[in-house]
Amino acid sequence: MSRILIRNGRLIDPADDLDTIGDVAIGDGRIIRLGGDIDDFTPDRVIDAEGQWVIPGLVDLCARLREPGATRKADIASEARAAAAGGITTLVMPPDTDPVIDTPSVVELIHHRAESAAGARVVPLGALTRGLAGEALPGMAGLAAAGCPAVSDGGQPVTDALVLRRALDYAATFALPGLLTPVEPTLAGGCLNEGATATRLGLPGIPAAAETAALGRQLAVAGATGARVHFGRLSSAEGVRALTHALGDNRKLSADVAIHQLFLTDQDAMDYDPRFHLNPPLRDIIDREALRQAFADGVLRIICSDHQPHDADAKEGPFASTAPGASGIDTLLPLLLRLVEDEVLPLRKALAAATIEPARLLGLEGGRLAEGAAADIAVVDPADPWFCRPDTLQSRGKNSPFLGWEFSARVRHTLVEGRLVHSIDRS
Amino acid sequence: MSVQLDENGQLRHFLTTEGLDPQLLARILDTAESFSGVIGKSVKKVPLLRGRTVINLFFESSTRTRTTFELAAKRLSADVLNVSVDTTTTKGESLLDMMRNLQAMQADMFVVRHSESGAAEYFARHVDPGVAVLNAGDGWHAHPTQAMLDAFTIRRHKGGFENLRIAIVGDIRHSRVARSQIHAFNGLGAGELRVVAPNTLLPSDIDSLGVQVYNDLGAGLRDVDVVIALRLQRERMQGALLPGEAEYFRHYGLTESRLGNAHPEAIVMHPGPINRGVEIDSALADGPRSVILDQVTNGIAVRMAVMTMVLGIQPDTPRETT
Repeated sequence: MSRILIRNGRLIDPADDLDTIGDVAIGDGRIIRLGGDIDDFTPDRVIDAEGQWVIPGLVDLCARLREPGATRKADIASEARAAAAGGITTLVMPPDTDPVIDTPSVVELIHHRAESAAGARVVPLGALTRGLAGEALPGMAGLAAAGCPAVSDGGQPVTDALVLRRALDYAATFALPGLLTPVEPTLAGGCLNEGATATRLGLPGIPAAAETAALGRQLAVAGATGARVHFGRLSSAEGVRALTHALGDNRKLSADVAIHQLFLTDQDAMDYDPRFHLNPPLRDIIDREALRQAFADGVLRIICSDHQPHDADAKEGPFASTAPGASGIDTLLPLLLRLVEDEVLPLRKALAAATIEPARLLGLEGGRLAEGAAADIAVVDPADPWFCRPDTLQSRGKNSPFLGWEFSARVRHTLVEGRLVHSIDRS
Repeated sequence: MSVQLDENGQLRHFLTTEGLDPQLLARILDTAESFSGVIGKSVKKVPLLRGRTVINLFFESSTRTRTTFELAAKRLSADVLNVSVDTTTTKGESLLDMMRNLQAMQADMFVVRHSESGAAEYFARHVDPGVAVLNAGDGWHAHPTQAMLDAFTIRRHKGGFENLRIAIVGDIRHSRVARSQIHAFNGLGAGELRVVAPNTLLPSDIDSLGVQVYNDLGAGLRDVDVVIALRLQRERMQGALLPGEAEYFRHYGLTESRLGNAHPEAIVMHPGPINRGVEIDSALADGPRSVILDQVTNGIAVRMAVMTMVLGIQPDTPRETT
């Protein structure tokens, strides 16, 4: 395995409050030395990072890779490489594949595909219930042993409260956090936030109550189990309020938001553009501001891409008949940095939300720059603007709601376990 | 920005009444007025669309809308093709494929009805330049020619919109007609627009479209000049939206006596088809206040007007065919 020296970069690591100019020496897949002038290290390759940022590779807590089951949309190889090009070194994938990730053999298949992809690491989550059907338990101990760091409802909430309680109890037995989706399906039959925009467009709405009704029930069950529970993709101001209240009683809770929710609102769907058909739906500007504020307040700590690549046909047609979801791995890092440019979050907090925070939740070793830590690193040129267009997106999913946006930073190099998996020359 | 207007602000398609300026709305009505003379004559044809092909593309069943569009096109001397698509038998073929196939038959205009909101706009964004799309109803979103024929009927009976109080009663939530009426009447400067319905039939934030919201029919009809009853589909009684027809009619059904609160010369309208004894009493629907059949007749002139306008044809001096 090659030895790499990154020279003269601005080393930024929110996990250690590090922000300094210096070198990083990498060997055997790990960070050997960090910071200062390293001149007693013989590298096979030197990366000149002068004027560039050296950050922990991002850990994306929710990315659909569409394999196994829907490889016409994307596959593990395409998305793991696209992620690497976007500075992401760990992709966490929910278990709603086909077949569902509820047996070790599916986990092994995914690991095998990810290894040959030579891109970002891929971490599959186990299913919270067998087949995600909400009825019976999968072999969670076996899933954990195969490498699943948590179990998840995969976006299909368990509606039977007793099954949910037992699944969380059983998961806690093996120290597996339970990742839940706070959506009450009977209230979520629409396709856009319930409100003036949906009314104007004649589209059935999804009220914030779809989130809070589920959250209330799931919080109650979580409290009864003592399990480590994490809520995925919060979308509403009311949801933030419910979570804030619950955090006072139960510190074993956390939640994340999809990064597009921090930028877009339902008004972006005003001309029926299916790229803005998302689930949970884009909401009001009041919700967007509440989500932003929740990060500033520390109520929310994790930001993910909620990557859902689609083929062109799936996004073709009148709004309601198109598939919900946005392609997001290409824009996760650029948008995190946009939050910093827009002075929504300080750089440390923005990076932590997609590095150390999700790594801690799942007990992953990535997400930080430290001597001895795995060398999962992104080298970013903060002043190399690019336009988001179908041809500049590396993901096979071109369904980005940010097409046409200009971003300021470009990822130059990405290392996963000390291996250079993405590299572009200075243009 | 708006897909239905060209760079000069003229109609290229007709998809919605939302965002149209008052002059354009008035011009549609004026143009329709010029055609209504044609309709009354024994020879009811003008050659304005001779040689043009109009395709009525209906993904939902319809009698009066489709036939009045067909009549309008024929009175303009266009060739008309009616295509009814049963979506249960065409699974697999995408909307886009179907549209491209029909377009390959050299259509000049599509009249589209579809159960999904935004379907007409979707077609408009994908047709070849020069091909016009008329929205004959998309989901809950818009039914602009219906709204304009209603506006035409109101203007004929009331002279104008200033100071008019108009109440729309019934299933606002699922109604493309109500949404298009609200935008059209507000655009034409109506004095006051009201919607009257139980909460389960009101979409959220409907007041943001510029209407006063009433739950009580008596209060909602007080001093109004125009009452519009909306069709209540019987399947709405199945779920948890409404308890049943009897209670609905008792509280929201229009009758002669309930119109006691309204202006003495108030007119009663309905976009059809009527559920007698559900949203409106037969005596009222067939009585002297009712202008329901005028609406149907006026639908032809309004649709002729829109058809010529989207093709950029000047209808100023319609000549009779010889």
